[in-house]
Parts: sequence; structure tokens; C-alpha cells
Amino acid sequence: MESELRERTRRLLAEHDPSDTDRLDFLRARFDAGLAWVHFPVGLGGLGASRPLQAVVDEELAAAGAPDNEPRRIGIGLGMAAPTILRYGTEEQKRRFLRPLWTGEEVWCQLFSEPGAGSDLAALGTRARREGEGWTVDGQKVWTSTAHTARWAILIARTDPDVPKHRGITYFVCDMTHPGVEVRPLRQITGEAEFNEVFLTGVEIPDTHRLGGVGEGWQVAQTTLNNERVAIGGQATPREGGMVGVVAETWRARPELRTPDLHQRLLKAWVEAEVARLTGERLRQQLAVGQPGPEGAAMKLAFARLAQELSGLEVELLGEDGLAYDDWTLRRPELVDFTGREAGYRYLRAKGNSIEGGTSEILRNIVAERVLGLPAEPRTDKDLPWKELPR
Amino acid sequence: MSDLLYSEIEEELRSSLRALLADRCPPAAVLARCESPEPYDPALWRALARELGVTGLQVPEELGGAGASLRETAVVLEELGRAAAPVPFLGSAVLATTALLTACPEDALLPRIAGGERAAALAVPFSTAPDAAFPATVRVDSAGTLNGRVTSVADALPAGLLLVPAIGGQGAALYAVEAGAAGLGIVRRTSLDLTRQLADVTLNGVPARRLAVGGAAEQAVRQALLTGAGLLASEQLGIAEWCLDTTVAYLKERRQFGRALGSFQALKHRLADLWLEVVGARAAARYAADALATGSADAAVGVAVAAAYCGAVAVRAAEECVQLHGGIGMTWEHPAHLYLKRAKADQIALGTPGHHRTLLAELVDLPA
Repeated sequence: MESELRERTRRLLAEHDPSDTDRLDFLRARFDAGLAWVHFPVGLGGLGASRPLQAVVDEELAAAGAPDNEPRRIGIGLGMAAPTILRYGTEEQKRRFLRPLWTGEEVWCQLFSEPGAGSDLAALGTRARREGEGWTVDGQKVWTSTAHTARWAILIARTDPDVPKHRGITYFVCDMTHPGVEVRPLRQITGEAEFNEVFLTGVEIPDTHRLGGVGEGWQVAQTTLNNERVAIGGQATPREGGMVGVVAETWRARPELRTPDLHQRLLKAWVEAEVARLTGERLRQQLAVGQPGPEGAAMKLAFARLAQELSGLEVELLGEDGLAYDDWTLRRPELVDFTGREAGYRYLRAKGNSIEGGTSEILRNIVAERVLGLPAEPRTDKDLPWKELPR
Repeated sequence: MSDLLYSEIEEELRSSLRALLADRCPPAAVLARCESPEPYDPALWRALARELGVTGLQVPEELGGAGASLRETAVVLEELGRAAAPVPFLGSAVLATTALLTACPEDALLPRIAGGERAAALAVPFSTAPDAAFPATVRVDSAGTLNGRVTSVADALPAGLLLVPAIGGQGAALYAVEAGAAGLGIVRRTSLDLTRQLADVTLNGVPARRLAVGGAAEQAVRQALLTGAGLLASEQLGIAEWCLDTTVAYLKERRQFGRALGSFQALKHRLADLWLEVVGARAAARYAADALATGSADAAVGVAVAAAYCGAVAVRAAEECVQLHGGIGMTWEHPAHLYLKRAKADQIALGTPGHHRTLLAELVDLPA
């Protein structure tokens, strides 16, 4: 399979020379050749191959200088919407959505969290009511990254308030260009607006844009959320990659800032960063031989703790310079770029690492219950109809 | 990138070892032995040698060993750590064997050590870090016999053979001394770790056979200490795993305030954090073992990272084990204290975490 993939990739490159092919045309051709995500089915950008073989394709394409689909920019579509559509979508939905999703022509966002439903996501109150052939949605979502650039959203909404909270939810694809969709930037602790609030007023969604059964949205959302956590821990990094490298470089470049206390803390953090890197490497090696381990949850917890420790250390190390901040202007970045800005920004932005994509507290519960098998906390809300829950 | 997983052979080795230890080395037996006049378990050592052949894992087959790599040796240490087994494996199969293999790889002593017929020990204080200066407390006199004293030697009590670093006319040298030699005293210390005893070794004109001199002797001791420090991380991983598993099992069972203790979020989060550290310790220990086994240029960094990280994890796991067992954790009859004592002693052995961080500072260019 490996040599066949290499052969296929070279054929694609021969037929669509990246040096004189339009970027989008090349990406579309790559998708049609089944080389977008090789583990997807034939006809949907893949070849039904095993996931690690993607590296073979990526290597060949990178060597030829081919353009990529800017995976970080369209991460929500790739990492969350796509696997969910693949698993729960109809044939028509898969054909309609996956190609422009992968090429980046259509950006996706995720309308899950609400002001009253964060970690307790199943408590969400956005309502979808049956109206003739479709649904009408009213409610408010929050923490929605890329909502201002998105063409489509994956949305979960309450379709039955009379059953317990996990059961009355349905999963939809929402058209972000609908007039009832209002996106407002949400300015955050760093001064920029990376996220949005999204107000949904009388938004009509055809029933053909439903993913999975009515009332089964919670199970569908699990696919999305599990993929989110995989995506967060999954990248290979070299030693001193990321935040630890930034601090180490500052340490080397500015000997006048060094103190014995900071030295000890830096070395401790360096060791932890290296251990986290090796843990991630173990996880990847396990995945490559088909024995996924629970280390994925560990990666996100470790990453959050380390990023916060290191970014805090860096601000202290800088002393007087640490008192300054680079820029409070409200900006709307497309990507979170930890290394493109200064220490104060990193310190503040890293605070989100233990909150976004599942708080560290929720992840610890998951580890304790699913990995260690400890009993669940007693739940008072489990069997109550959603509409009777106190809020 | 190095292989951080366990091979099938390693997993097989682990499961036969775990079965043997469950049978011959249950916690009650370890406790009873600690209080007996013979703190090591010679029958268990023989079983490890004869039934599993692990006493000479890293010794080549033609010298009576198994010709395996340090990766397998590391797996053995994980399991021995899990069982807090009172056998001189670290002293004999890791420290002494590595020194001997480095200094004189074909010495006639190797088959006897590999076969477990006699255990050996490297006569250096157990707290010696890999970068320490060559030990100078033993001198070679003009008659070629050894004089001096080495304190806190690990696994010297059951050893039939001591490898003694000494300073002679030609500088550093490594000598072999038979345990029954005239003028040799091996005095048991009261040790913090009940399952790995320390002893002070005194030498008064002890006849000895010279194994290596100069750079070769220095290299042998350094390599032994580096290997020991790197593989000790695997033992620490095993200790931490036992502590975590035992504590989790207890918290599922023990009820207070009408609920299983393990359902309280405050305790669940502590155990999840501990699990996270154990996961990290496994990655760090595996990397060190693989780097040592393959002679990687990155071995020194791998060892320093593992030694700095795993020592603290084992201690924390053992401390949490005592605390979360409540009053039971403070009792002599519950084995938690055996693990706490070994974990704390291991933290000092072969360089403290702080010392290894200082070593790392040089290796990765983060100077003070």
C-alpha cells in the first residue's frame, strides 16, 4: 500500500504540477485522487487506507513543494465536523460537505457551548422546534472560534425539553449565512477577539441538514468531542518545541536575567516538557501499531499545566520587561499564535489551555472514571426532565 | 526516534516475572523478611536466575547470560519495583555487571554472576551520581592489597564478590574482591529502605585482583553509574505503579460518608494527576532504557531527564498511597511503607533529582 500511495501521489504531482497549478485546483485534484485523508472512503477524499499512511503522502507532497490546505486554519472542520459527518452523515451530506471542507473553501465552526452550558454541555438551552419540513432554532452560543469566517457550523440544540437533558438533543448543520445568525466578537483577557458569541433568532434549518436521529444529538456530539481531544494531543514536536523553547532561548540570550530560583524552576519545567514530548511520542507509536492508549487525555492536561507554568516563568524572568504588554488592540486573529507575540500575551492566553476543549477538571474526572475506574460522582440531574432542572 | 513501546518479548518477560513474584514474593513475605536476620531472599534470587534467567540479562550468551538488551533489564526492574523485591538485582545485574562488562568484557567472573551463582556489588556509596569524581577512599598499597573504607554500598550484604574502585600507583583502578577475603569487613547499616540494605565496607590489606586501570577503570565506574541511574527510573516507575494501583483499588472499596471514597472529586483529581505523572514516568524511563540499550548519543540527556522526573514521581505516589489509605497507611502491617521507604531511598540513589537537573543544565545549554 505504501508504494502504491507513493506512486499515486507522484502521478497527482505529474498531472497537476504545483508550480503552475492554481492552489485550489491542486487541492481539489488531490481530494479527488483520494490523497486528502487516505483513511477516508474512496470518493470522499480517501482510499480506505490506514491513517498513519497519510505521512507517506504528506512527505511526497512536501518534498515537491505542493500547497497544503492550511490545516491549522480549518482545524474545526477537519478535526471535528469531518469525522462526525463521515460517521453520521447521509451519502448526500458527505458528498456535499466534505470536499469544500477539506480544501478550505468552506470554513466550519462549532456551535456547542452556551453561556449556561460549558462543561455541563448537555444542559444546553438553544431550542430547535419542528416547523413543517424543517426546524427553527432560537438561542445563544458562545466561545465560537472562526464563527466570523465560517460558512457552516455544527450545531447541537434541544428538540425535546420533556426528557432528561442528554436525551432531548439533536445535531444539525447550520448555515452561517442565514439572516437569523448574528456573530459578535467576544473580547477576551488578552485584548483580542479570538472567539465569538453567536445569536440564533428564527434560524431555519432543513431536516436534510440534520446529522443522526432526532433526540440522538448527544451520541453524535461524542464523536465530535472525542476527535477534538485527539486533535489537541496529536502533533509530533521536536525537543524544546513550543513554549519551552521560547523560554529557553530567552534564558540563553539574556544571562543578566538569571537567578538561582528561576534556574531551578526552568530546569524542572524543561524536564516536564521533555517528558510530555516523550509521552506524546509513545502515544503516536501506540497509534501507529494500532493500540491506542489513554495517554491522549494525559497530553492535554500536561500541555495546559506546562504552558501555564512556562509562560508565567517567562514573564518573571523578563523582570522589568515583563511589566510591559505588547498590544491591547482588539484584533481578530485567525490562528492562535503563541510564539508570534510577547511574554505577557502568552501568559494570558495560556490561561485558556486548561478551559478550552474540556476543562482540566473535567479531563481529570474522565481519567479517574474511565481510566482508573473510580466511581462516578452522585448525580442529582440524571433522570429529571430538562425543563425541570434548576437554573 | 527511539522505540518507546514494549516488545512482545518484553511483555512475555514481564508476565512470567510478575507471576513468579506474585507467587514467591507477596507483600507479607517481604515484610516478614525485612525483620528477619537475612533481609535478602536467596531462594527468590535463585528462582530469578534458574527459572527466568534474568540475573545475566545483559551478559552475552557465550558468557552464560541471556544476551538481551538493557531494555529487557529495565522491564525486570519495573516488576521488581512493583514487588519491592528484596533481591540484589540492581547492585549485581545492573551496577556490577555493567562495570565488569565495560572494564573487561570477557572476564571469567561474568558467567558466575550471570548465572546467579553469586551476586556482585559495585563498592561505591549508593548516593554516587554518574558524574562524580572517581572514588578515592580505597588505596592500593605497595603489596597490591586494598586499604580503606566505602560507606553505604547497596546490595553488598548478599554479594559474593565486590568490585572495588581504588587509587593505586597508576591512578584509578578497579579491583575484584572475594567476599570471604581476609581483612574485608562488610557491616550492615540500619537502612531507610528495608528491602535494599546498605553496608559499610572496610578493607585492611585485602588481597584483590586488578580488573582495569586508568581510563578503563574510570569509564567502567561511570558507565555503571549512568546505566544504574537510567534504569533505576524503571524501578521507580514500578514502585509508582504499585502505589497508584493499590490506592485506586482501596478507594473503590473503602466507604465513608455513605459513598465509596473514590467517588469524591477531590480524591479523583489527585489520582488523575498521579496517573498523569506515572504516564510521563513510563515515557521517560522507556526513553532512558532505549537510549542506554542502543548506545545513543542522547543517552546522558535521557538518563538525566528520567532520573530527575521518575524519582519524584515514585516518592509522590508512595506518599499519596500512605495518605489516602488513612490510618491504615501508617501501620507497619500494610506494605505501603515498604514502597515509601524504597521510593525515598531511590530518590537519593545514584544522584538526586536536583543533581540530575544540574547535570541536564550543562547538557542542554541552560547554564545557571
